[in-house]
Amino acid sequence: MFSGLSLLSLVIWVPIVAGVAVLATGSDRNAGLARVLALIGALAGLVVSLPLYTQFDTLQAGMQFVEISPWIETFRITYHLGVDGISVLFILLTSFTTVLVVIAGWKVIEKRVAQYMAAFLFMSGLMNGVFAALDAVLFYVFWEAMLIPMFLIIGVWGGPNRVYAAVKFFLYTLLGSLLMLVAFIYLYSKVGTFEILDFHRVSLTMTEQILIFFAFFMAFAVKVPMWPVHTWLPDAHVEAPTGGSVVLAAIMLKMGAYGFLRLSLPIVPDASHALSGFMITLSLIAVVYIGLVALVQADMKKLIAYSSISHMGFVTLGTFIFNAYGIEGALVQMISHGFISAALFLCVGVLYDRMHSRMIADYGGVANTMPKFAAFFVLFAMANSGLPATSGFVGEFMVIMGTIKINFWYAFLAAITLIFGASYTLWMVKRVVFGAVANDHVGKLADISSREFLVLGLLAVAVLAMGLYPLPFTEVMHHSVSNLLSHVAQSKL
Amino acid sequence: MIEMQKLYLLVPLAPLAGALIAGLFGWLIGRAASHWVTILGVAVSFVASIVIFQDVLAGHTFNGGVYTWLTTGETRFEVGFLIDRLTTVMMLVVTFVSLMVHIYTIGYMAEDSGYQRFFSYISLFTFSMLMLVMSNNFIQLFFGWEAVGLVSYLLIGFWYTRPTAIYANLKAFLVNRVGDFGFLLGIGLVLAHFGTLDYAAVFAQAPEMASHTISLIEGQTWSLMTVICILLFIGAMGKSAQFPLHVWLPDSMEGPTPISALIHAATMVTAGIFMVARMSPLFELSETALSVVMVIGAITALFMGFLGVIQNDIKRVVAYSTLSQLGYMTVALGASAYSVAIFHLMTHAFFKALLFLAAGSVIIGMHHDQDIRNMGGLRKYMPITWITSLIGSLALIGTPFFSGFYSKDSIIEAVGLSHLPGSGFAYFAVVAGVFITAFYSFRMYFLVFHGKERFGHPVPSHDHEGGKEDDGHGHGKPHESPWVVTFPLVMLAIPSVVIGYLAIQPMLFGDYFQGAIQVAPHHPAMAELASEFHGAAAMALHALTALPLWLALAGVGLSWFFYMKRPDIPEAIKQRFSLIYSILERKYGFDEFNDWFFAGGMRLIGRGLWKGGDVAVIDGFFVNGTARMVGWISSLVRQFQTGYIFHYAFAMIIGVFVMMTLFVKG
Repeated sequence: MFSGLSLLSLVIWVPIVAGVAVLATGSDRNAGLARVLALIGALAGLVVSLPLYTQFDTLQAGMQFVEISPWIETFRITYHLGVDGISVLFILLTSFTTVLVVIAGWKVIEKRVAQYMAAFLFMSGLMNGVFAALDAVLFYVFWEAMLIPMFLIIGVWGGPNRVYAAVKFFLYTLLGSLLMLVAFIYLYSKVGTFEILDFHRVSLTMTEQILIFFAFFMAFAVKVPMWPVHTWLPDAHVEAPTGGSVVLAAIMLKMGAYGFLRLSLPIVPDASHALSGFMITLSLIAVVYIGLVALVQADMKKLIAYSSISHMGFVTLGTFIFNAYGIEGALVQMISHGFISAALFLCVGVLYDRMHSRMIADYGGVANTMPKFAAFFVLFAMANSGLPATSGFVGEFMVIMGTIKINFWYAFLAAITLIFGASYTLWMVKRVVFGAVANDHVGKLADISSREFLVLGLLAVAVLAMGLYPLPFTEVMHHSVSNLLSHVAQSKL
Repeated sequence: MIEMQKLYLLVPLAPLAGALIAGLFGWLIGRAASHWVTILGVAVSFVASIVIFQDVLAGHTFNGGVYTWLTTGETRFEVGFLIDRLTTVMMLVVTFVSLMVHIYTIGYMAEDSGYQRFFSYISLFTFSMLMLVMSNNFIQLFFGWEAVGLVSYLLIGFWYTRPTAIYANLKAFLVNRVGDFGFLLGIGLVLAHFGTLDYAAVFAQAPEMASHTISLIEGQTWSLMTVICILLFIGAMGKSAQFPLHVWLPDSMEGPTPISALIHAATMVTAGIFMVARMSPLFELSETALSVVMVIGAITALFMGFLGVIQNDIKRVVAYSTLSQLGYMTVALGASAYSVAIFHLMTHAFFKALLFLAAGSVIIGMHHDQDIRNMGGLRKYMPITWITSLIGSLALIGTPFFSGFYSKDSIIEAVGLSHLPGSGFAYFAVVAGVFITAFYSFRMYFLVFHGKERFGHPVPSHDHEGGKEDDGHGHGKPHESPWVVTFPLVMLAIPSVVIGYLAIQPMLFGDYFQGAIQVAPHHPAMAELASEFHGAAAMALHALTALPLWLALAGVGLSWFFYMKRPDIPEAIKQRFSLIYSILERKYGFDEFNDWFFAGGMRLIGRGLWKGGDVAVIDGFFVNGTARMVGWISSLVRQFQTGYIFHYAFAMIIGVFVMMTLFVKG
């Protein structure tokens, strides 16, 4: 149906073109049309992504669906796209999440509908671009461009303190990525092209590697976010509209970890090994420290935001222990966290749309009036606590198993999440969902609509499917991951 | 053989199907259809288990995969079944008790609005428990392990509007998570050192790993097996409520009574016992771990028994007796008498499920009053409940010829033959425990079924089940429960009497567990026990002259004297020894300590890290500080931009001078 040559371009440009079309509907008088067009665009984006999985050759470690054509020939910058087992699943996740976000925002967003929907479609295409780009400049362009729609989503459709949050988000991530650009230019001066795959092969001294590592670190650690550069995330989540939080948590956070895997590890393997202790330490701080901070949050969105940081600690931990369990676990954890955090933010959105409060203390006994919602919420909370048979367990399990091979005490600290994760998530569930009806507002709540049921139901299926049968997910990544591991094991000095 | 494999799959999947139908479509198909479909599922599972049991007896064991869950690196993680003689015992116990509880629930939950949900949960539990016991690898074991924990969480909090219930279910889940934390690390060490999580492969390699050591702290080395076994046992301590992770079990009584019988007495809480028995090839390699197991079990057996003495809630008395009996099983494991532990697990499943369901029947009869001080003389009104309760109590205290006698007496004998460090204390604990058990069991029995009728004048109490405040006490006489409630009581009473007599010979001294349980030759307790065994009847007759029986009789006699004859004496003791009484009443202070130290401490640290770390230092100092710094520098720099040409000219001249100076000097 689609020629292999242009598939990745379609994945990037179909949502963007659809976004332009949605934008063309103009003012809110045509809101209905904008919604329908946005849904068609998002579904089209998902449809063109699916062949990436069905036609993916799991036995091949290298890049597939490669497209290359010259772009700025003076600097030998190319429009070079391709995916391997590490990136392909993220494109599917992005396209899937975009559909959910469009459906979730269907009724909730009433002002500037076309612009809202268009922003998500643009973002979807740009994020797919980040995961598909094999040219550093192209990567950088997508990387920075995707900030703009997110900045607007928080700044325009956000909560009362949205400007502070939007600016904090923008500056934090922009400052980080500028250093990445510097590193790219330095690598260009050594290699003569901006090809990321050429960067992988160039030999570098230890000093160069360390400097490049930290330049990348600034860009990626902010995005993940790793402790201590995480404080933009809770603010951004609290102020962002539900859809913004979903995309932020489900996909944008994954960019940082993807950057470590695609750029840091293969380009500066010796520095990555040398600094792995540093990275592991920060990751474990994220798991333990942030787990405790999450426990005392009074705002549901903040709590889930902190929980995200803690879960992303597993991703960076798995990345820097350099074994297949760790890296595949990190990838699985990222996909799973995409489902679970999206689901939890949507759940909070469902409550917020009805009560206009995110405070745990304003709720209590929601199960009495919203039993269907309560069932979903408990399921996703359990997934967030890493219950086996949900996707939340798989990644954590793999990373803990990988870590214990390296050092028992690292695994010990990481496994504390079993206790902390359950504590903060289920304590929230207890106070929000269970109990007698706490006040009249809760007493008047209406259970989820069929539209909300559809969105949460799709995520529930995803969470359970990945928990019960994760094999199809890991099969895709095996060869690329073992290729990466053998590459990283070779010194560049 | 293909046929049998389909049957293996049917055993867990039939209850799962029932759970899904009742859970997802219960609103559509109604109450009766929901209970029929779940009962059918469990009944199918029970019948299939019987067929499999006979097949296994004929020598057909099975160990194979169902599907590959995950591959990573070089390792495959499979979902698969190990069907051997240990598994089939558990399958029979689980499906039989579950079936009885399903039937009982029709009567017990008849007026509850969450009827379909309840049936869905208990069927889901049955599925999870079966996956746990039928697993052939550690990862699926962990799956089932956590899944039963989930269902337990959902069922303890079944009446989710009650604050005590949702406190108890959160507590149960978190305490179990502490155990699972150790359990998962134990599994991790197994995977790291054995390279597989498959039971058969791990057990085959175990002997050569016996001498391996690992160093967890600089300069100290430990036996790998000891570390692995203790970590795995921490998991068992959570699930099987062993000291000090026992704190969740008494509170779990907030759940409806049928699940107290099924989950918190007969099956789920015995998962830890089953797990250690399954891991016997590993535990046999570490005497240190066995010693730890034995001492923890002994502490639980003795000290939890004391707490049963002062409880007034009928379910809590039974709950503490469950804790104490789980301690007995654990002690047996520590003495390398794994088969005895499983034997006691089985007899206990029958008589303890019976006692719980009988307590539930009493609760129905008493219109949801659970305080034994408000009962008395119920034998006239509830004859079936009375007789079956008496049978259950006699079995529990170890009356000769009853099932509990054979299993408990074997534990005492086995511990007496153990030479591990701590076995002396353990022996004392299990013997003293006999007296305590008899005392509190019959205290409850007498207060409920004999003596003066005290209902109608309730002692103020908040322990009501179901939250039906208006259905208060004092309205009418107690009444016998409907047949759906009494039928399971009778069905459980039968094995409570006879199963010990019938099964002791093959299970303990025959070759029943051949291959499923391994005991090292230097742990001879079982072998010595076998040499002294001359048939079940002889064992019971021999017991007439032994200490435990007389202790049990003394316990029964004393409770009769205290609570039937001279009720003023226990009151006087309570006054005289108020310190001890208050220690017991506060359950040795564990709950307060945990709430204060762990729950409070975690929140305190969390708040400190948040306000101090995130808000003050990172955001306050670095992030906003940087922003302020930029603002401050630019405000300084702004001073230079005066707009007067002579200021700029002056600055230029100074600059030129400075540069020339540097240039000339250089």
